[in-house]
Amino acid sequence: MRLEASDLACVRGGREVFAGLRFAVAGGEALMVTGRNGAGKSSLLRMIAGLVRVAAGRLALTGGADDLPLAEQAHYLGHQDALKPSLTVEENLDFWARYLGTGDGAPAALAAVGLDTVAKLPAGYLSAGQRRRLSIARLVAIKRPIWLLDEPASALDRAAQDRLAELMRGHLAGGGLIVAAAHGPIGLEGARELQLGATG
Amino acid sequence: MNPLAALFMRDLKLAGRVGGGAGIGVLFFLIVIVLTPFAIGPDLALLARIGPAILWLGALLASLLTLDRLIAADAEDGSLDLILTGQTPLELAVATKALAHWLSTGLPLVIATPLFALLMNLDSQASLAVALTLLAGTPALTFIGLLGAALSVTLRRGGLLLTVLVLPLTVPVLIFGVSASNAAIVGPLPFGTPFTILCALTLVSFVVGTFAAAAALRHGIE
Amino acid sequence: MLLLDLANPTRFLTLVQRALPWLIGATAVAFTAGLYLAANAPDDYQQGATVKIMFVHVPAAWLAMGIWTLMSIAALGTLVWRHPLADVAAKAAVPVGAAFTLICLVTGMLWGRPMWGAYWVWDARLTSVLILFLMYLGLIALWRTVDDPSRAGRAAAILTLVGAINLPIIKFSVDWWNTLHQPASVLRLAGPAIHPTILIPLLIMAFAFALLFVTLHLAAMRNEILRRRVRTLMLMQAQAAPGSAA
Repeated sequence: MRLEASDLACVRGGREVFAGLRFAVAGGEALMVTGRNGAGKSSLLRMIAGLVRVAAGRLALTGGADDLPLAEQAHYLGHQDALKPSLTVEENLDFWARYLGTGDGAPAALAAVGLDTVAKLPAGYLSAGQRRRLSIARLVAIKRPIWLLDEPASALDRAAQDRLAELMRGHLAGGGLIVAAAHGPIGLEGARELQLGATG
Repeated sequence: MNPLAALFMRDLKLAGRVGGGAGIGVLFFLIVIVLTPFAIGPDLALLARIGPAILWLGALLASLLTLDRLIAADAEDGSLDLILTGQTPLELAVATKALAHWLSTGLPLVIATPLFALLMNLDSQASLAVALTLLAGTPALTFIGLLGAALSVTLRRGGLLLTVLVLPLTVPVLIFGVSASNAAIVGPLPFGTPFTILCALTLVSFVVGTFAAAAALRHGIE
Repeated sequence: MLLLDLANPTRFLTLVQRALPWLIGATAVAFTAGLYLAANAPDDYQQGATVKIMFVHVPAAWLAMGIWTLMSIAALGTLVWRHPLADVAAKAAVPVGAAFTLICLVTGMLWGRPMWGAYWVWDARLTSVLILFLMYLGLIALWRTVDDPSRAGRAAAILTLVGAINLPIIKFSVDWWNTLHQPASVLRLAGPAIHPTILIPLLIMAFAFALLFVTLHLAAMRNEILRRRVRTLMLMQAQAAPGSAA
């Protein structure tokens, strides 16, 4: 499996965010997207997830499930948690597990992020870090080969960051692929770095 | 459970929980009905004559005013992004959301109609006729409003803009809804003619509203 | 001193727990007596047996207004004295008040049907009660929209007080609107002079309704306090879970 971008350009609100971008990531590899604010890190991730239009260039996945578009093989973890405060923790995850996949992995995923003790509480009662972990549980509950992570470690404490790094290493070891945007290290030491906004 | 059933159940659950707003539409409907006689006077004969029209107007405004959060809430918390990355076609997803919305806010309006019709001095046959036309017509209002709900997300403006955009589109539904009710009550038209057209409008709005809303959301992707 | 004692929700709960069985018993006795006397009260020479609806209708109307007054006092308790049980009392009273208002409206409609020939005419009194019902429903909607009880409590208190100030104005406007449109030929529901054979059962029924309200209100307050405790426990449980501090 290989995700390849050539001469990729992004235009948002009439402004060119980046252009001529090229990179390639293979299964088992991680790509760290870095750069100053506004360099287009989030836009790039959203573009791979199919949420931002490709203005020019090509974005292609080879060796994945051929009948599915790229966006449907990717998990997008954005800044927003996509959680409903009035539903319980369990109901929130269950819904996404059923909507995005088959819905079997939800209980195990809750345990994997350490939220099984609060499964019956409304998600509105959770702290920012707990909500973030609940979003991460989504990645575990449904198997998708590509993870697109936007600042995945924000609001997480030390222990939760380690747990996330462990999950990411497990995903890579299983042949998965990660594209992550971050300002600091997120525990992917071997990852290649793609710096946006430096060369234009 | 299949993805659409999951989405349907989630939206129904959300409507029933704190902050969900099920029931507010009926309350709004009731207030419109109660305010009318204060404006035009408590003349029972007059109220009975304009009753179907007022009930229809009340139900129309109540259906549309409750719609502005339908997609906007999902857009604000990031749920819409994930719905877009799902394997379910967007058209089916928005249609499912509209259906759940109609069940939690539109159907209660229909059920409340015979009760509120008493305030308008309609007899039981007339109030059943109005309720029947609303049962056939309110899904059309919801699905036309669905387009407005999608537009308000892509334009990032909700509330009144949605209503202003959508209200002109509801004119045919209002015309045939009220004339079907009146046909059942006073004639001279047979009830079947306008009612059939009303049902046809509803079926058309299922298709047009769904595809237009999905298209609006897709084009909202920059 | 008593008020201070009651300010402690735990003491309040034990008190309610002890008082409730007695209150339920007293309510049952009062209703039995009231209904028996009402059933044996003489029929009206004009209205026949329908006049008996009055024994339910009038007490419900009194309570509908009385409960809003009680809620206004509770609202002052929330805003001015910050009494911890004030907004519990206010919240618990709303659905009960709405229910009594609905009873008043429905019985009024049933009573009006043989007299007016329609279930609803825009009679000034019934219309005022209908507006009161709408205001109760608005408060219920407010409580159902906001999850945080203290925030909802203050908003509801302000709305309750504004409603209390507005109620006489609404009543006056509706009366004026009604007389503007209709000559004073509207049939009055109850004449000014009530014979003791009707007045005594009516007062007993009113007493029974008041007891019913106190019972329901105290039980609802107990439920609300317990509900808030559950909420607090759930918040604490979320905080105690690993990694919540981040």
